[in-house]
Amino acid sequence: MQNVVVLIELTHTGHVPASARGLLAVATRLGTPVAVTVSEIPLEASTVAALGELGAVTIHAAHGPSAHSILVAHLVDALDAAVTAHAPAAVLAASSVDGREAAGRLAVRTGAGVLVDVVDAHSIDGKITTTHSVFGGNYTVHAAVPGALPIITLRSGAIDEQAPAVTPEVLNIELAAPPGTVATIDSYSDAPENQARPELRGAATVVSGGRGLGSAENFVLVEQLADALGAAVGASRAAVDAGFISQTAQVGQTGVSVSPQLYVALGISGAIQHRAGMQTAKTIVAINQDEDAPIFEIADLGIVGDVFTVVPQAIELLNARR
Amino acid sequence: MKIVVLIKQVPDTAEERRLDPGTGRVDRQANDPVIDEITERALELALSVKDKDKSTEVAVLAMGPEETSKAIRKALSMGADSGIHILDPALAGADITLTAAALAAALKGAQADLIIAGNESTDGRAGIVPAMVAEHLGLPLLGALASAAIGAGTVSGERLNDAGTQRVSAPLPAMLTVTESFEEARFPNFKGIMGAKRKPVTTLSASGLGIATEPLSTVIDLEQRPPRTAGRKIIDEGDAAAQLVDFLVTQRLI
Ligand SMILES: Cc1cc2nc3c(=O)[nH]c(=O)nc-3n(C[C@H](O)[C@H](O)[C@H](O)COP(=O)(O)OP(=O)(O)OC[C@H]3O[C@@H](n4cnc5c(N)ncnc54)[C@H](O)[C@@H]3O)c2cc1C
Ligand SMILES: Nc1ncnc2c1ncn2[C@@H]1O[C@H](COP(=O)(O)O)[C@@H](O)[C@H]1O
Repeated sequence: MQNVVVLIELTHTGHVPASARGLLAVATRLGTPVAVTVSEIPLEASTVAALGELGAVTIHAAHGPSAHSILVAHLVDALDAAVTAHAPAAVLAASSVDGREAAGRLAVRTGAGVLVDVVDAHSIDGKITTTHSVFGGNYTVHAAVPGALPIITLRSGAIDEQAPAVTPEVLNIELAAPPGTVATIDSYSDAPENQARPELRGAATVVSGGRGLGSAENFVLVEQLADALGAAVGASRAAVDAGFISQTAQVGQTGVSVSPQLYVALGISGAIQHRAGMQTAKTIVAINQDEDAPIFEIADLGIVGDVFTVVPQAIELLNARR
Repeated sequence: MKIVVLIKQVPDTAEERRLDPGTGRVDRQANDPVIDEITERALELALSVKDKDKSTEVAVLAMGPEETSKAIRKALSMGADSGIHILDPALAGADITLTAAALAAALKGAQADLIIAGNESTDGRAGIVPAMVAEHLGLPLLGALASAAIGAGTVSGERLNDAGTQRVSAPLPAMLTVTESFEEARFPNFKGIMGAKRKPVTTLSASGLGIATEPLSTVIDLEQRPPRTAGRKIIDEGDAAAQLVDFLVTQRLI
């Protein structure tokens, strides 16, 4: 089977990111996954086990003291070395901030082609074809890189699959100083880990709040409904701009694209740029005071009402059912 | 200091956007072309440096069809000093690889201390062109910044990714990309609009830049999704919450 190189962006605290599961699942479908990691010290046994659990057959584990103080360059060097060593049929990375930068630089360095923001990938007769969801899901496009190595960035949360567990073979490689001038990471400030709530990307249920919530204090109502439904929390850009919640919660054209089973929009008008990030949801519920709000044009259940009246009642009813 | 801003003209997101079913390319006839908002914010950052230090030179660079000249004119009317337009019918079907190669080739002659781009374009959502340009030019990249401090010899800022934020820095020359956390762009004023007419715009072709025009990636096919339709709409008369919970139960969503 052909090798497929997969970038696994371990955090500076050594955690395997949520994107690893989908990446390794797709890589297993396309061939034999070779996970590439960069860390300060050789991988801990627990990290190797976690990657094996997700299907990493081989781990190309680069390590060195500057792993987490140099921005992206080590990822590119490690991927480049893995491409040389394993002659892959494709390279996969997450469509994350670091993943995209590493993929882009690697493509230039190796003369490879890029296929971006991919929601699925298949190998047919040895030819790799990718699926893309374009313009807020209005189009499904299939694409390929016929004459060169395809470097694929995979939309996080798009793949709900897990590869069979394996026992990885670990290849330890020492990091060299990257060529040229590099950007440095001077300090980290990690987002608080919210174990209680699911990740927005890939969540089965999403509850989002908009400007209609009025304030950061009131936005708690969105979180309370999310918790009653076991949902992730999202927001409109207006809610983010107003400081109700962090930018990472933004759903839409310039935020996260979600495709949950259930999407609940609270106090969101449903501007086209918001719809671009959520209209592929299986079921949409909207609560808005304004009966002409465009969100109702795409809602399976639209409630014309005040979120401050309807939502607390709904939370009470949901909690009573438990 | 010389700053070059990569501005991109895109179909307005305020209307339904289309792909040409034959070529899989963006149908540019279907929507008004506008400067991608994120690259307007990139320009605003450059202009704010110029506001503080008048010796700063700001150029804009865009690759795109004939009508892209309008985006460049608008940028000049906002306060940029000059424009570079990569215009070549042979680049009409350019993919990301070609776009990055063309932008980088044009930048090689521009002698920029700092290149500013948007983190991601609203039509492609690739978020990858800046990193490819940076690699072509051998420059460090501070991508996805939420804030930036531009000094005489260095640039630093706060980078936003899934894991949280990081303080990052690089020596100049360097490249950075802005996110929506940056200020919205200023409007052109009358003086700016009049002055823009006299500012220089250079047009470059693929052969002039010495780059290939064959894309590496191809669209195999595309399919349009039927539009979503409205379902049931109820007006809250005290029982909407109960109806909502019933709906979730019958749909097996809880
Ligand atoms: C290039 C570009 C990219 C963009 N990207 C995004 C994006 O990624 N995501 C995004 O969301 N937007 C995006 N936007 C912005 C988008 O156009 C809208 O401005 C935004 O989505 C509006 O957010 P909102 O619905 O919360 O606010 P509003 O449009 O102000 O709507 C608030 C709604 O709340 C309702 N309301 C108020 N009080 C109550 C109450 N008590 N009970 C019930 N309902 C109430 C009102 O009737 C109203 O419909 C983008 C815009 C541009 C130009
Ligand atoms: N054709 C283009 N002309 C000028 N700048 C571009 C072009 N394509 C991409 N860019 C720049 O690269 C950024 C990210 O684009 P993308 O990688 O396509 O999402 C944009 O915000 C622009 O700053």
